[in-house]
Amino acid sequence: MGEAKIVSSRFRLKHLVVLSLMAVLSACATTPPEQASRSDVFDPYENTNRGIHKFNLGVDRFLFRPASKGYVKIVPDPMVTSFSTFAENISLPGQAVDYLLQGNPKQMGNALLRFVINMTVGGFGLSAPADELNLPPVDTDFGETLHVWGVGEGAYVELPFYGPSTQRDAIGVVVNLFSNPINFSPTRPADNLGVYAEIVRRMGDRGRFSDTVDSILYESADSYAQARLIYLQNRRFELARDDEDAYLDLYSDPYAETGTDPVRDPYLDPYEDPYAE
Amino acid sequence: MLNNELNRRHFIAAGMALAVLPAHAFAQTEATAKALVGNVVTDINRVIESGKSEKAMLRDFEKIFVQYADVPIMARYALGADARTASPSQLKQFTKAFQGYISRKYGRRFREFIGGEVNVRNARKIKAGYEVRTMVKLRGSSPFDVTFLVSDKSGREKFYNMFIEGVNLLLTERTEIGAMLDARKGNLNQLIKDLKKTG
Repeated sequence: MGEAKIVSSRFRLKHLVVLSLMAVLSACATTPPEQASRSDVFDPYENTNRGIHKFNLGVDRFLFRPASKGYVKIVPDPMVTSFSTFAENISLPGQAVDYLLQGNPKQMGNALLRFVINMTVGGFGLSAPADELNLPPVDTDFGETLHVWGVGEGAYVELPFYGPSTQRDAIGVVVNLFSNPINFSPTRPADNLGVYAEIVRRMGDRGRFSDTVDSILYESADSYAQARLIYLQNRRFELARDDEDAYLDLYSDPYAETGTDPVRDPYLDPYEDPYAE
Repeated sequence: MLNNELNRRHFIAAGMALAVLPAHAFAQTEATAKALVGNVVTDINRVIESGKSEKAMLRDFEKIFVQYADVPIMARYALGADARTASPSQLKQFTKAFQGYISRKYGRRFREFIGGEVNVRNARKIKAGYEVRTMVKLRGSSPFDVTFLVSDKSGREKFYNMFIEGVNLLLTERTEIGAMLDARKGNLNQLIKDLKKTG
């Protein structure tokens, strides 16, 4: 009884957080729904975003980057892999929920099967033997669920500490902080385990691919524009992956009928024939 | 006489066939596009495994880039609208600087590919040629998609763009070059000079 009450009050708090965040974000600019199918960038908050980007660069330079480089230097490589695998495994029940919400029971089953196998045979999720089963990959989040529900990507936003995102994906990030059923399991080893695991996983990636990330953040002429473009393209690619029409649409003329730029720029269509120039 | 006539005709026919043959031999198909990407991967792997110094490797990567990629069209595309106002000599110098810049910038990244595996999966027709999709598997990370766009419009079959998990290399470089130009107040000559030392 008492437990149920705690859970429900926690639920209410979460709803409040999520709802207020949604209100804030949706109160911002409204975008045409077909935004996501274009290769262009909708960034009406560029000034604010650039401010946050500067802040994030500082966090990276003085905190995240040194911590991550230290982490991959001190901790042996296989352990770094194990911790990253653990973070992915522990996120699987949450991903199963997202697949359920997307009306994809097959992938939900896939995520749960992977979870059960990796948590048992895989030694508490420190390895991923389920990868050997030739099941389709599992990779989703609440931002994708919103996409499946028809929510447009909205404006580009850079989130403090987190990095590049969009209005829609920012809502997804916050919802996913709470939507993993593991958070409600009575025997969970620690509160917010998934969040800590995810931070460790991100440190592993930051440390391992430090040269590549450094080249984007510190060596490019405009790291904000690079991060924005890379994030948006990659995210649109991810979301279009299972949808061949949407995937091809990414390569069709993305710049047609754009009101913002007086000159239709043929260079922005990645599949446009450069030889025609 | 007749014999002579025939011979001459044969000679002409053979000459014509020879003139036509290269076009036929180089006709682009799914198979040739896939083979090209396969060759790029093999050559890059050979350099990575050679154990040479980084500097020597980067020089080799530049050779591979020139051999397999349509560098002039890529440079032009990356320069964007400024390519139209550039003089032919500026364009030539920019192309040369761009070629070194790309080879160094991406060549340095190949270190992370050591022990990786590239599988050329399929090819399909697109407007300018073929799209060839590959799956790259690196140590300790899940496989990701690398797509090459291949065309024979330069006269020889070459790749002219690349997508890594949906990230368009040319578009990304166009943004970067654009930002570099902005930082130099649109001074292309200065950009060319600096690009030689970048990447």
